[in-house]
Amino acid sequence: MDLFKMFSSKVSSKDIASDRLKLILIHDRSDFSPDLLEMIKCDLLKVISNYAEVDSGEIEVRLTKTEEYEGNSPALIASIPIKKIKR
Amino acid sequence: MGESIVITSGKGGVGKTTTTANIGTALASMDKKVVVIDGDTGLRNLDVLMGLENRVVFTLVDVIEKRCRLKQALIKDKRFNNLYLLPTAQTRDKNDINIKDMLLVVNELKEEFDYVIIDCPAGIEQGFENAVVGADRAIVVVNPELTSVRDADRVIGKLDSKGLDRHEVIVNRMNYEMTRNGDMLSVDDIIECLAIKLIGIVPDDRKVTISTNKGEPIVLDEKSVAGLAFKNIARRIMGEEVPYASLDGSSGSETGFFASLRKIFKGI
Repeated sequence: MDLFKMFSSKVSSKDIASDRLKLILIHDRSDFSPDLLEMIKCDLLKVISNYAEVDSGEIEVRLTKTEEYEGNSPALIASIPIKKIKR
Repeated sequence: MGESIVITSGKGGVGKTTTTANIGTALASMDKKVVVIDGDTGLRNLDVLMGLENRVVFTLVDVIEKRCRLKQALIKDKRFNNLYLLPTAQTRDKNDINIKDMLLVVNELKEEFDYVIIDCPAGIEQGFENAVVGADRAIVVVNPELTSVRDADRVIGKLDSKGLDRHEVIVNRMNYEMTRNGDMLSVDDIIECLAIKLIGIVPDDRKVTISTNKGEPIVLDEKSVAGLAFKNIARRIMGEEVPYASLDGSSGSETGFFASLRKIFKGI
């Protein structure tokens, strides 16, 4: 069984469950709804637009999994590609 | 002064009542004076698992509404004379009991018994509040499933906010074959996510259904793996250090040619 698994690249359902569980718990614990994340995203966009031209289609705002960074609390990660800095 | 323990989970159907009946019976078999309380007013079942359903006369609700004394509502177990059940009403609901009255009952029982074990209903409403109010410690029962672990996390958050921070988890219905095949959350995954101490792992065991059919808790079956697991949990509750059986279930549950072959490949 284990040998077989070594040669197949299929992700086990346990790993899927474990990843989903971590994300579910982050959202449950922080009380962060997808709506709230969307609101944060819009507000961030507004503020940053004052200083730079951003690509609004490429913005990503999400909560991290616990093990991604040190410590147990989730972090808010925003990736906002900048086209041009305003002067 | 005895100790009160609430058995809770958030989600229904994970084995709270089975756990309550078995831990109660196991503690009694080790000469402790024990009372188990059914907290699931309106949907009582602890009496059935203990095989005492024909002996219910008065209930917890009768005690609270002063139709009888506490001692009159206690039912002595068939097998152990130091084990009692406090049943609850079947035709009433959880809002018929409040936390103040429940606390009085639990505290009165703690004077008399070494262990007061409270079977909490599913959910986080009034029934939950009533079950946890008098508890000194909590045991959270989870199944190795997303839904159960998620609900357990909510319950642990609730317990913490009440200052009930002496809590431990039982992983119930562990299926070692599925774990080995990578199709079930492992005990490590669960305790890491919940950040809670482990007090026992109970393997999935068909004999539990048979014991429920008979109204005889599985700890009475000397040969059952689940029964042994519950006995070990009872010993850990009493403060004993009981080593865990091999976490991958390789001891006992699997023998023969393929098992040895697998052990060779794994190098154990």
